[in-house]
Amino acid sequence: MSNLLSSSIGRKLLMSLSGLFLITFLVVHLSINLLLLIPDGGEAFNVAANFMALPLIKFGLQPVLALGFIVHIAYGAILTAKNNKARGNNKYASGNNTKEVMWASKNMAVLGVTILAFLAVHMVDYWIPLQITHAVGSVTIGGVEMHDTYSLVAANFQNPLKVVLYVIGSLGLAVHLTHGFWSAFQTLGASNTIWRKRWTVIGTVFAWVVSLGFCVIAIAMYACGSCC
Amino acid sequence: MENNISLTLKVWRQSDSKAKGGFETYKLETVSTDSSFLEMMDILNEQLVGEGKEPVAFDHDCREGICGMCSLYINGRPHGPDDDVTTCQLHMRKFKNNETITIEPWRSAGFPVIKDLIVDRTAFDQIIAAGGYTSVSTGGVPDANALPIPKDDADEAMDAASCIGCGACVATCKNGSAMLFVSAKVSHLALLPQGQVEAALRAKAMVGKMDELGFGACTNTGACEVECPKGVSIANIARLNREYLSAKLKD
Repeated sequence: MSNLLSSSIGRKLLMSLSGLFLITFLVVHLSINLLLLIPDGGEAFNVAANFMALPLIKFGLQPVLALGFIVHIAYGAILTAKNNKARGNNKYASGNNTKEVMWASKNMAVLGVTILAFLAVHMVDYWIPLQITHAVGSVTIGGVEMHDTYSLVAANFQNPLKVVLYVIGSLGLAVHLTHGFWSAFQTLGASNTIWRKRWTVIGTVFAWVVSLGFCVIAIAMYACGSCC
Repeated sequence: MENNISLTLKVWRQSDSKAKGGFETYKLETVSTDSSFLEMMDILNEQLVGEGKEPVAFDHDCREGICGMCSLYINGRPHGPDDDVTTCQLHMRKFKNNETITIEPWRSAGFPVIKDLIVDRTAFDQIIAAGGYTSVSTGGVPDANALPIPKDDADEAMDAASCIGCGACVATCKNGSAMLFVSAKVSHLALLPQGQVEAALRAKAMVGKMDELGFGACTNTGACEVECPKGVSIANIARLNREYLSAKLKD
């Protein structure tokens, strides 16, 4: 197995599996965020956020998620470095005029770094206050005292700069996924001429639904302001 | 003559693998639009010889698009501006009068330049030698129907086998990856019954050799498929991934 993971296809396998795992995480994250749009003063969202802070999830699943991120980022960096080395130091003077190649597919590393920057801001905004410093107000719902996560989110989205950053991060994610989604299945070998088209369509729809979902939430929270 | 064009050529000249190399600019006054790109190169070399200069070294052999010897990175594309052809089958009618054409060798760490436009592609031979064959004693000619093969498989195997090993896939790949070549060679045998016996060994040995020789990993951009003069599909890369991963998991 160690032999497998030091091969080019083995490394790609790790990129594929960790990528698909992170995609499932996005679905969970978006589902919970959509609760923000329920006009109940954030009650449903707070309950869901509190559930995600349960010890089993916090200490059981969160490290798995972190590992998913670390594997994806580390192997992405290793592969990019090795591929640049394989490309060689001599560049073509006449550039590259190959058409019909998706822009995203050639810029996955740049898009990845964009998403990583967004992730860093996101961790500072939410993960540190909610899970480390606990510098968050509390609220009691159904007799249970919990973090008022909703107010934290609502306050952040009153800052137009953060809304813009959030939207840029989400759009970068969409473009990353338009290539990443089908590419993951290609790497697993679960593709052929027919399924390549299907995975591309499914992946593109998925990427934009997820990304625009996050964008709509951010913009709605900003537009609503104090009203909801 | 309306069928003739004048050209300015920017050609990569490099005296040997260690030399630095650089572009030289040449002018050709009358090139027939009916000539092939390699014939145009011949005209250039005749002109250079006439001037007492050293002719440009470039690879060529069959000049009918089936041997895979010709290469050349022309105006930003392997095998030039036409689709699905090798450089020998590229015609000068694809260029405009007074156009400047930039001609470079394949560039990739796996294909070092030997001289001018010639690169060392023996890495591909080494990958083939690692497992791109079937070690069967073929004996006499078998009866045509003795070994039934589904039409679709036969077609796909034939399409994969049309790879001529020219290296355009590596030349265009942003990762310098040889996956399209290796996948074509693994696929055309994996699809046929004769290739089954050594299928797992073949996939492992050829990918292992490809990695060892310093080719990059595939990131599925699909540029190779666009530039392949034989239109080999990246569906073969998915098959190679399947063959390799299942072979490794069975270990």
